Amino acid sequence: MELTTFFQQLINGLQLGAIYALIALGYTMVYGIIRLINFAHADFLMVGAFAVYFFASFILTLTNAIPPIILFILGLIVALVAGALIAELSNRLAYKPLRYKPRLSALITAVGVSMFLEYFFASLPFIGPSFRAFPDLLKPVSFVVGGVYLNNIQLLDIGLAIVLMILLTFIVNRTMMGKAMRAVSQDKDAAKLMGINVERTITFVFLIGGALAGAAGILMAMTYPRIYPNMGILPGLKAFVAAVLGGIGNIPGAMLGGFLLGIAEIYATSYNSLLGEGIAFAILIIVLLVRPQGLLGEKQSEKV
Amino acid sequence: MKKVWRNLPTLRLLIYAVALYILLMLLSSGGILNDYLMIIINICLIYVILATSLNLINGITGLFSVGHMGFAAVGAYVAGTFTTLVWKLPNDGSVSTTLLFIVALVLGGIGAAIVGALIGMPALRLKGDYLAIVTLGFGEIIRTIINNIDAVGGPRGLLGIPALSSFTIIFVATVVTVLILRYLVYSSHGRAMISVREDATAADLVGINTTKYKVWAFVIGAFFAGIGGGLLAHLIQLAHPTQYGFYASFLVLIVVYIGGVGSMTGSILAAFVLTILEKYLLPMLLQWAGLGVEWRMVIYSLLLIIVMIYRPEGLMPREAKFMIPEDH
Repeated sequence: MELTTFFQQLINGLQLGAIYALIALGYTMVYGIIRLINFAHADFLMVGAFAVYFFASFILTLTNAIPPIILFILGLIVALVAGALIAELSNRLAYKPLRYKPRLSALITAVGVSMFLEYFFASLPFIGPSFRAFPDLLKPVSFVVGGVYLNNIQLLDIGLAIVLMILLTFIVNRTMMGKAMRAVSQDKDAAKLMGINVERTITFVFLIGGALAGAAGILMAMTYPRIYPNMGILPGLKAFVAAVLGGIGNIPGAMLGGFLLGIAEIYATSYNSLLGEGIAFAILIIVLLVRPQGLLGEKQSEKV
Repeated sequence: MKKVWRNLPTLRLLIYAVALYILLMLLSSGGILNDYLMIIINICLIYVILATSLNLINGITGLFSVGHMGFAAVGAYVAGTFTTLVWKLPNDGSVSTTLLFIVALVLGGIGAAIVGALIGMPALRLKGDYLAIVTLGFGEIIRTIINNIDAVGGPRGLLGIPALSSFTIIFVATVVTVLILRYLVYSSHGRAMISVREDATAADLVGINTTKYKVWAFVIGAFFAGIGGGLLAHLIQLAHPTQYGFYASFLVLIVVYIGGVGSMTGSILAAFVLTILEKYLLPMLLQWAGLGVEWRMVIYSLLLIIVMIYRPEGLMPREAKFMIPEDH
């Protein structure tokens, strides 16, 4: 492989990885705090993308004079809010009643929520199951650096993902709410005894995770401008693999896993398309056989 | 007489099965059950096979597996390829088609069982969520591989499978599956599997080879899933990679959990109730309400969430009376 191709693919991989990492963060945070694989998480991304779609279409019918950057920022806010709201709504209505019930019931419920969101959006007459073209929020601008083609969407994907990750790291490590989150994920009962409002902390985690999924939704819709109710399934599964690769429940692990998986997938696809399709799951199996706790996860010893 | 009746649960189950068969056949030939309803009943029976075999892995042995349709896909493709190839050969009628079909189904089951053994290996090291993730990944890998093998149609699916799954064959296969699984569960091997579910460490300490039973649960569960897949492929005359994805596996899982995990009776009842609900009652209800048929799955998933919230242990709790011998 030539060096320019290598760097070209690296950039493509980072772009894909940024989206995976944003989704993986939501999986890993929810798993870390309530030990639930939230299968509906991938659909929060779809909800975010559709919210931006309707918002942007509405604004663009009112006026064409709006500067693209303002439109993008407004769209991003819509995506964050929509993702956060749908995540908290599903937490409040579906997961909260099952908090102290067998964990597998919550898992089945998560599948139910995921199916509900997909089929509900596909059934709504003004959405439907078919593809929709996502409007250009920003005009694509390409430029060449040392033989490698870049465009503003790629840089935006990577840049925004990194900004959001830094923000998240700050929240988790430096604020009281972050401290509460870490405490609840370590021991829910002890945290409650220390006066932490566990339910409020869980709500907060769902809000943040959903907002990140919404951000991933707008970025994905801008990168691949085709949205449909099932758009979240495949990236969701792969982001989930990324979360496992980094160590599920571990926040830096999800970021690392997301980028690694994106890069691996792009290189594998350029080698062979079948390999690209299957590499995520192959990585998953290998990780779980060799190091089930993931790259950055801590090994949990079994208590008898 | 009463005592004999109680002591022969197999006989009792068989009599119920034969009665049900005669009833359905009478209704079908009397024209009360039309062809569409008969197809729904056939699908119900196939779901019984899929759900009870998944229940052996998830409910009895306590290994949380979510890629069950992956096994069914192997069975469907092996059996489907076999019959489509054999049907191209000249046949003077000396070989019974039913016999050939049974051979195809068993081959499909064996293929699925081999895959099941492969998947059972990581199950030795993993548990709970991690095992769920691995089985999910394996299911997706099987689907991806099928999607890329051109000899079996790739993304177009395997077309032109002969319509061999008659009601009788499906019914007999279902009854045989349920009886074998029932015998297994109440044999000493089944008890050993239950002990793995209850406490694998304690089971190890009393000398049960937990490794062996975990792999066997996967092998047997996958075998019957393969049979179910083969029957399904020969019923709808098509095997397509999208039928065997992540969601298809979850539909089987939902049957097991709504029925009550660990209860075979629950799985059987839920397979009937849910399939009839999804394929017959909901479309009828929607038509009456003036909504499109696409709302079917919306209501179905809502029902699932509601059942899980208000009855997380499923419709039939684990120790359903029907399957348990009364005096032992």
